[in-house]
Order: sequence, then structure tokens, then C-alpha cells
Amino acid sequence: MSDEMPDERPLLAAEGLSKRYGRQLGCRDVSFELYAGEVLAIVGESGSGKTTLLQLLSCQLDADAGRVLYRTRDGVMRDLAAIGEAERRFLFRTDWGYVHQDPALGLRMSVSAGGNVGERLMAVGWRQYGRIRGAAAEWLDRVEIDRARIDDTPHTYSSGMRQRLQIARNLVTRPRLVFMDEPTGGLDASVQARLLDLLRGLTGELGLAVLIVTHDLAVARLLSHRIMVMKGGEVIEHGLTDQVLDDPHEPYTQLLVSSILPL
Amino acid sequence: MSAVLELRDARKSFTMHLQGGLRLPVVAGVDFSVGAGQCVILAGPSGAGKSSILKMIFGNYRCDGGQVLVRHGGATIDVAGAEPRRVLGLRRTVMGYVSQFLRAVPRVPALDVVAEPLIVEPASRDEARGQAAALLHRLAIPERLWQGPPVTFSGGEQQRVNIARGFLPERPLLLLDEPTASLDAANRATVVELIAEKKRRGAAIVAIVHDDEVRRAIADIVVDVTRFSPAA
Repeated sequence: MSDEMPDERPLLAAEGLSKRYGRQLGCRDVSFELYAGEVLAIVGESGSGKTTLLQLLSCQLDADAGRVLYRTRDGVMRDLAAIGEAERRFLFRTDWGYVHQDPALGLRMSVSAGGNVGERLMAVGWRQYGRIRGAAAEWLDRVEIDRARIDDTPHTYSSGMRQRLQIARNLVTRPRLVFMDEPTGGLDASVQARLLDLLRGLTGELGLAVLIVTHDLAVARLLSHRIMVMKGGEVIEHGLTDQVLDDPHEPYTQLLVSSILPL
Repeated sequence: MSAVLELRDARKSFTMHLQGGLRLPVVAGVDFSVGAGQCVILAGPSGAGKSSILKMIFGNYRCDGGQVLVRHGGATIDVAGAEPRRVLGLRRTVMGYVSQFLRAVPRVPALDVVAEPLIVEPASRDEARGQAAALLHRLAIPERLWQGPPVTFSGGEQQRVNIARGFLPERPLLLLDEPTASLDAANRATVVELIAEKKRRGAAIVAIVHDDEVRRAIADIVVDVTRFSPAA
């Protein structure tokens, strides 16, 4: 390997992001950098500001203060608030993925599985039906869904299959950055294990940068390189995943880590 | 720096916030270095901080002070102060760590657990699996287990999978935390051989080993960890 840091510049940088909902604090003064191929887990209890942060980063919410910089494919760091709505939508379709906890939010439930995956390809200009269907079938294989189910709608799928389909829909356009909001939440343990294994393999293989919000430290341990711990809207601890989990410094992080039930 | 690894006055304590801020000093003034092809044994009673020192080197414990210098090509990186991605970079190419227990991932077959550190791109997968198979064979893991997830294996089998995973990639610095603890005599001998081969190929090794025979076979320098006791 010539160099393990192919690009010294981050893919995404948050600078002093803050958001309030009326008098309620969403998140305050959050800054960090995310590099290509890095998986960063944002952990904390409900109400800690994790989802607000994810929405700020993915332009679904406007920040009261601070900014988000993203390095587009032309190599330029762009302020996401300063680019036009059309370009932002284009980024969302091509460069980014967003995996919701509830697959019904990320899928079109009355459209076939093949259509759900193919739609993203059509949005980036694919036109030929046979190729689109072929690519969709390949992605069903990759997320371990039987090709025979390609014409069924997600309504007929189990919750684990729906979540895997949502992942296929997101990854088919080879995004560089994927946002995930509790992607394994609400799934049975065995279904969760399968999904985690799949996500772990795919993120590594595709060299994806991932921002994953989870309250489950075991998920963070398995998937992420780094962890940010949030409490009351602020990042209180940030570091290598095993460092934060094996040697937590903040009282709240120590409480979180010590609250995990041993297996 | 000519050494592969050099610790300078490294210190570590824990502050237990859930126990009223109780401060537990672990080690202080940790000073030693390891050169290429050398094996340093960390010796001392249980609780003296041997495993903690390995974790400080690997970067999963944060140092309170001092330096943990690791040579990376022509450069030197201080693990104690480096950015997370620098530490990850070291782990990908420079440092290997064999822990006492395998942290097994559900569903991943033993062969892939071992091959994983070698797979840099999908194209290298078959090659990596081939090398993983050879090493599992050497460590007497029967072929019928290779496709099974190690979660279902015995303690000794898991440890051998763990050793295979740690020894497969060629890393200039290898950290071993009781690698032979749960092994029988034949497998212990294999691990001693593997360590000797690594040394011949120029790896620097820091090991915690309680078995006297293994220790005699691999040690170049013994560092008594009690001299880093914070009280002393």
C-alpha cells in the first residue's frame, strides 16, 4: 500500500453546529470531521440531540449557528447551506444515502422491491430497463433477499427484509456518505445480528463514510471506528471506539458503558 | 528513533466517576523500548498493569502523560497524542494485537475472521483466505470448523483463531496478551515457533506470558512492571 491516507482532507466537516427548538435545546456547538471510509457513531440516550445532529448534517434541518462543509466529487469543500436546493437534492440522490430506523420512511411501500432499488438508478440517469432490473437483482443478492421476491412490494416483507431492502436502495448508486438513524432499532436479536454483519461487510467493501446514530453501544462497537457521545445536546466525549468504550473518561459515558448487560 | 516502539514516562490512571471520583493509579514512569526482531516480556504479578501497558501502546487506553512512540515508515507517531485516524492507520499497517479473548462477531465464519485483516480489496479475498486456511491448519483447527462462526467454538479453539487472526498480517510491531494461556503443549509449541518466525522477519514483540517455558523460548528482554508502580 502506497499510503494509507489517500486524501488528507475530510469528506465532511461540522463547525459549531447549534439548533434550538423554541427554548428547547436541540444541539450545541458541535464540531467534528469525517474522512472517507470512516464510520462515526453518534451515541446517547433519547433526547440527547443525536437525531437533531443527523438532520442538521444531512440538510433536513437548518442550523441556527455553525455550518456543514462537504467535499463534492470535484474536490471542492462546499458549505451545504450555500449551495442551491437543486444541487442539494442531486447530492442526496447520488452521493448520499439515508437509512431510516423505520424502513417505511425510506421505501415506497406500494412499489416492488426491484422498483425501489431501480428508482435510485433512474434518478441518476439509468434508462435501460434490463440493466436496471439486473442491477436491482444483484443488490437483492448482496443484501440477502431472494431474487424471486423482486416483484413483491415491501408490504409483503418481514421487518428485517425491509431494512435490508432500504439499505440496497441506498447503496445501489454507490454513495460516498451514508447517514443511518438507528438502523437496527426495533429488530429481533437474530435479525439484528444479520443486518449488522451485512452493514459491516458493505461499509468496509465500498469504503463508505457513515454517520450512524444509535443508542446501542454494541452496535457502535461492531460498526464504528470512532464514537461521539452526546448528552443534553452537546458532545461530551469523542474518540476511537474502543478507547471510549474501554476507557471512558466522562461520568455520563462511564454510566452508559457500565449499564450494558454482559452476555 | 531507531527502536520500533519506545515508551517515555507514560502514565495511566482511572477516575471512577460512579464511585465518587475514586482515582486508581495504574502505572507511572513507563520507560522501555523494543527494537526490530526483539521480544520484550512484561513481567509482574496480576494487577501490576501489564495488560494496561499493552492497551496504552495499542491506543485503547488513553495515557495521562508521557509518550508512546511508534515508528511508521520514516516517521514516528505518538499514540498518546495522535488523532484517532492516525492510530487506526497504525493498526491497519504497523501494530497487531492478540488479546486474551476473541471478540467474535456473530455469523462471520472462522476463516473470514482470520483472513479479514489481510483483505484490502475484494480481489485479495481468495488469496487472504488461502493464507488464513494454512495458518488455521498449522494451529490445528480442523477444516470442518472453518466455515463455522467462532462464537460456537471452545475456549482453546477461539484463542487459536484469535492467534491466527493476529499473526496472519505481517506487522512490524506485535502485542501479545497471554497468547498461550489456554493452549495445550502442542499448540503452545506452534505459537512459540510462530513468534520465532516473526522475530526472524524483524517484528518487534511485546508479550505478556506466564508460562516459564514459553517465556524462556521467546524472551530477549524482561521488563519488570512493578518498577512502574505509581506508589514506588
